Amino acid sequence: MSDFDLNVNGTHLRVSAPSEETLLSVLRNRLNLTGTKYGCGEGQCGACTVLLDGRATRSCLVSVESAANAKIVTIEGLEQDGKLSPVQQAFLDEGAFQCGYCTSGMILGATSLLHEQHSPTEEQIVEEMEGHICRCGTYPRIVDAVKRASRLLAQGVGQ
Amino acid sequence: MNHRHAPTTESEQSISPARPGTSTLDRRDFLKVLGGGLLICFTHTSSWAQESGRAFGGHELPKELSAWLHIASDGRVKVFTGKVEVGQNIRTSLAQLVAEELRVPFDAITMVMGDTDMTPWDMGTFGSRTTPTMAAAARQMLLEVAAERWHVAPASLTAAEGKVTDLQNSRSLAYGELTRGEKLVKTVSSAESLMTATQWKVAGAAVPKAEGRDFVTGKHKYPSDISLPEMMFGTVLRPDGFNATLVSLETGVAEKLPGVHVVRDGDFIGLVAPDAFTAQQALSTIQAKWDVPAQSSNQGLFAYLKNNPESSRNDGPEHVSGSVAQAMEAADLKLEEQYTVAYIAHAPLEPRAAVAQWTDGKLTVWTGTQRPFGVRDELMEAFHLPPAQVRVIQPDMGSGYGGKHTGEAAIEAARLAKAAGKPVKVVWTRSEEFTWAYLRPAGLIEIRAGARRDGTLVAWEHHNYNSGPAAIGTPYNVANQLIQYHAAKSPLRQGSYRGLASTANHFARESHMDCMAHVVGMDPLEFRLKNLTDSRLQAVFRAAAAKFAWGHLKSTPERGFGIAGGVDKGGYVATCSEVEIDPATKRVRIRRVVQAWECGAIVNPDGLRNQLTGAIVQGIGGALFERILFTNGRILNPHFAQYRVPRFSDTPQIEIVLVDRKDLPSAGAGETGLVGLAPAVGNAIFAASGIRLPNMPMAPQSGVPGEPDPGLRS
Repeated sequence: MSDFDLNVNGTHLRVSAPSEETLLSVLRNRLNLTGTKYGCGEGQCGACTVLLDGRATRSCLVSVESAANAKIVTIEGLEQDGKLSPVQQAFLDEGAFQCGYCTSGMILGATSLLHEQHSPTEEQIVEEMEGHICRCGTYPRIVDAVKRASRLLAQGVGQ
Repeated sequence: MNHRHAPTTESEQSISPARPGTSTLDRRDFLKVLGGGLLICFTHTSSWAQESGRAFGGHELPKELSAWLHIASDGRVKVFTGKVEVGQNIRTSLAQLVAEELRVPFDAITMVMGDTDMTPWDMGTFGSRTTPTMAAAARQMLLEVAAERWHVAPASLTAAEGKVTDLQNSRSLAYGELTRGEKLVKTVSSAESLMTATQWKVAGAAVPKAEGRDFVTGKHKYPSDISLPEMMFGTVLRPDGFNATLVSLETGVAEKLPGVHVVRDGDFIGLVAPDAFTAQQALSTIQAKWDVPAQSSNQGLFAYLKNNPESSRNDGPEHVSGSVAQAMEAADLKLEEQYTVAYIAHAPLEPRAAVAQWTDGKLTVWTGTQRPFGVRDELMEAFHLPPAQVRVIQPDMGSGYGGKHTGEAAIEAARLAKAAGKPVKVVWTRSEEFTWAYLRPAGLIEIRAGARRDGTLVAWEHHNYNSGPAAIGTPYNVANQLIQYHAAKSPLRQGSYRGLASTANHFARESHMDCMAHVVGMDPLEFRLKNLTDSRLQAVFRAAAAKFAWGHLKSTPERGFGIAGGVDKGGYVATCSEVEIDPATKRVRIRRVVQAWECGAIVNPDGLRNQLTGAIVQGIGGALFERILFTNGRILNPHFAQYRVPRFSDTPQIEIVLVDRKDLPSAGAGETGLVGLAPAVGNAIFAASGIRLPNMPMAPQSGVPGEPDPGLRS
């Protein structure tokens, strides 16, 4: 066991964990940040996606040690002063979920995509989001939500 | 499953006994928790109504009570239902119906679902009409209570917006005020007539998902997110294959890890650890040798299913009329074909998970299941407990699609918690979920059919081996029929799946209808309509065809158009699909799907569209590429990298046409929306290429029509 200083959602958290434990496991099981989901543990489904220094990252493939120097943002960190982020708002407005288990990862994946590419085409959205599984099959609404979020960002909502 | 028997062993008894923890709710406390207000219970039988004076005195709520709701003095309404929310949006749509019948705002309602101590007994088989029927009866009773208070006739009062109003005397009382803070238990059993859908204001509207905000902020707690004080993390050692027996076991390294307890009971070997990482690490140090017997594989599967009947479950044909043999003899045109469907996995994104806690001999388990009462029964049996000593709570979960009817993780967590004397969480890995859950049955379907030259069907024979009898009967008019389901000894563990065998039977029937249309030289839609008198099915076929512009589209080798449809569980579906076939690689892409749907009066069109879109997308997997590969008791593809599920790029343009029949009762929409996709795609591939693909999945190697699939051909 080692001690790590993590920067999670703008807060410094000290956590004691084996250095090879995954960031996903540390977030869920030691910090009780359960909005980040386990879906496969192999980087195949995207449910565990978080932002590391702004980039969408599969937290099941990253050790806590290697995440210790990065700014970590989880789904719990997107809402600011009770206001949803544009991507969260767009997912809610489009009803872009069914069981909702993939939603955290989808929202963080989309947040990262829209940071890189403010106004992605449908093809770019599909390509970038391809690593995320929605087993309920809500893909068309998720694409619509990403487009809506792109418009919200262009209008300066949530900036 | 060898770990179902009661966990009473020496090793467990040697571990410290369960410590008293925080108290869990008991049925005796049910009314205390609710506080004052009005509790209205609904029963279909009058016998229990007569005993309502001593309601809820005992431990067990009577099964005759099929619903109840509570109106608090502040007007908040809590509706209790044993149904569960798994993403199908029933938490929202049922609340809409209650709001409508009780005449309260939608936001006044909280649904309490899937908690065996708090909600009515429900095996998931009851119609959803019970709850709104109760709400209608409750409204009538509220009118009567107010009438008594004011000494007027109930008929002179109206109920709206959570209030009873006496228009003649200009006075009103909120529902919450009618009880004067007292605790009132009333039982209603009369079958009040429900409002007709044309009068609906809240129901029928696109109300957003209840508590939707919690799903975009990560606040919603799924079963695998539940955490309790002092909770430990459990894992279970899985055998090397199905039907394996343990030969040797070495757990010494694991037991030396800090805080790790190994639990052994026969061939059940599990452990608990203070954290999830250590639990997995400890598990990986266990050395076990298993004897796995030789078992069958995908090779020869369908012959195996045909030749290994489960005779105890076969009681003759489902349906016989006329004589198929004579009609086939006389038919101008005839055709036989064999269709197959593979075993597929539900692969819900949240795998099985449970947290178990023992408190003074009472077991409470939070778990993801579609049948909380069924899991309670499993736990009662496993631990020899009476119903009052087991509580199962089902938080809205990461879905199931028919795959979470059983309580494996619940039993495992409970065993480990009992042994550890602390609450224990068990979350299955993806590979465990693929391997140790159950699968949608594989099946062989043989159809032979005959028609007259004018396109009139005269004979239809349909045999389904192993996949199941759901929707096995044909909706088309055929004078001579022989339709039979043959239960078989499945080499793999199999069970329920969204739509059950309806998908397989529709795939076979609607593919064969397409073949017959081709043989008689008719347009596939025209051929279906010629042999159909069910007006509801005709209506969806026509609606889908109109939207798709069927009849204006001509298939080419690169682009095919197909149609299919059917009816099951009160849902009528017709699906048109457009597929594109790459001339060089033969890769199949579904480009456009139009699906018309009718299930009576629509309760929530937004939720319905979401469900139907999801069903189509999920159907793409089974239609084109999903399949479990296995040999000698081992699943060969238990990872998402090897078991392909539909992704963004697989999703076509989808258009849903809703046929709203406000004059008909609402039926469920979760399942039958899945059944049209596969045959519509197969028929489109045939229209483009002239190749009939009779095996689901049709293009498992990312799509080469006509190439036999080495993994599945028998």
